[in-house]
Amino acid sequence: MVAFTLPKNSKIRTGKTWPKPEGATNVRKFQIYRWSPDDGENPRVDTYFVDMDKCGPMVLDALIKIKNEIDPTLTFRRSCREGICGSCAMNIDGQNTLACIYGMDEIKGDVKIYPLPHMPVVKDLIPDLTHFYAQHASIMPWLETKTNAPQKEWRQSIEDRKKLDGLYECVMCASCSASCPSYWWNGDRYLGPAALLHAYRWLIDSRDEATGERLDDLEDPFKLYRCHTIMNCAQTCPKGLNPAKAIAEVKKMMVQRTI
Amino acid sequence: MRYLTDRARVEGLGSAKQGTAHFWEQRISAIALLFLVPLFIFPFAYNLGDGYEAVRAAYAHPVNAIIAIAFFITVFLHLFQGLQVVIEDYVHGRAGMVLIIASRLLCTLFALVGVYAIIRISLGA
Repeated sequence: MVAFTLPKNSKIRTGKTWPKPEGATNVRKFQIYRWSPDDGENPRVDTYFVDMDKCGPMVLDALIKIKNEIDPTLTFRRSCREGICGSCAMNIDGQNTLACIYGMDEIKGDVKIYPLPHMPVVKDLIPDLTHFYAQHASIMPWLETKTNAPQKEWRQSIEDRKKLDGLYECVMCASCSASCPSYWWNGDRYLGPAALLHAYRWLIDSRDEATGERLDDLEDPFKLYRCHTIMNCAQTCPKGLNPAKAIAEVKKMMVQRTI
Repeated sequence: MRYLTDRARVEGLGSAKQGTAHFWEQRISAIALLFLVPLFIFPFAYNLGDGYEAVRAAYAHPVNAIIAIAFFITVFLHLFQGLQVVIEDYVHGRAGMVLIIASRLLCTLFALVGVYAIIRISLGA
């Protein structure tokens, strides 16, 4: 449902300002969203100062440095630090992206870091992605076949394999879905750009034999047709993919089988 | 509070197995309006401010009358379909349903009023 203001217990307050590192000349200011489920307090924005001469180039480097050297209670997900696991998706400088592949030189002024928007927060920068993952599972993200499995592999031509480029690279970081207004207002029913991109990835896989069932499951005013081609998904995708185009292709397939 | 599994929450009431017709009709009515809007506006604006007899004579011509009738039907169909999408986006539950019913009835009424007015002007004495 549309919400133009935050509920009372979600209003963000000014938090603690941590001391500047001593003797540092190249200091950068970080403003980071903090919320803990344990203390009953409202969310707050803490201010940290990081010595950039002793810090790696990416936003994640700074977050790890803050956690190691300033405030060990700062909580965030991270794993591969090279943009392939999708764990460290967060809202940096107003854009959903992966902290590990977003360079701090791309940001002007203070670095503002929030969790992915319109997702329930578990703690600090960690959103609850339970529903997001369940939506992904619901589109049957696997090869579905009816023919008996061949002796060797399911064969695919080079041209057909090329159709999966720009789709298979998705790392399910949820940056796109969390940037989509339709997903904000109707995320309970609308599958969102990430799940629909994956749906299309299996719809155009030449080896898949469940195209009709997949389209049947997707044909719904809310599951699919909440996409109004706003394009925030394509704008924000840290992997440079275009979920909006994938969704448009799904809509084309829907029309194609009726006329 | 309901104890539902994550998957049950996603599945909800399942797929409605519709929506494509709505989507497709909206595109087609948009294409139609691309032509109908200027074709309706020009004779309408041309006769604006003239007396009843001049307007009656203009719409007595079947081309003008049919374009005007097609315009009223298409524009209110397109308007209702657009409104439905907006309401589904922003208003949920009972309020949304009431708004969808009201907008559908009003759009139908406006279309009928427009069509009746054109027929009356076109064929009227």
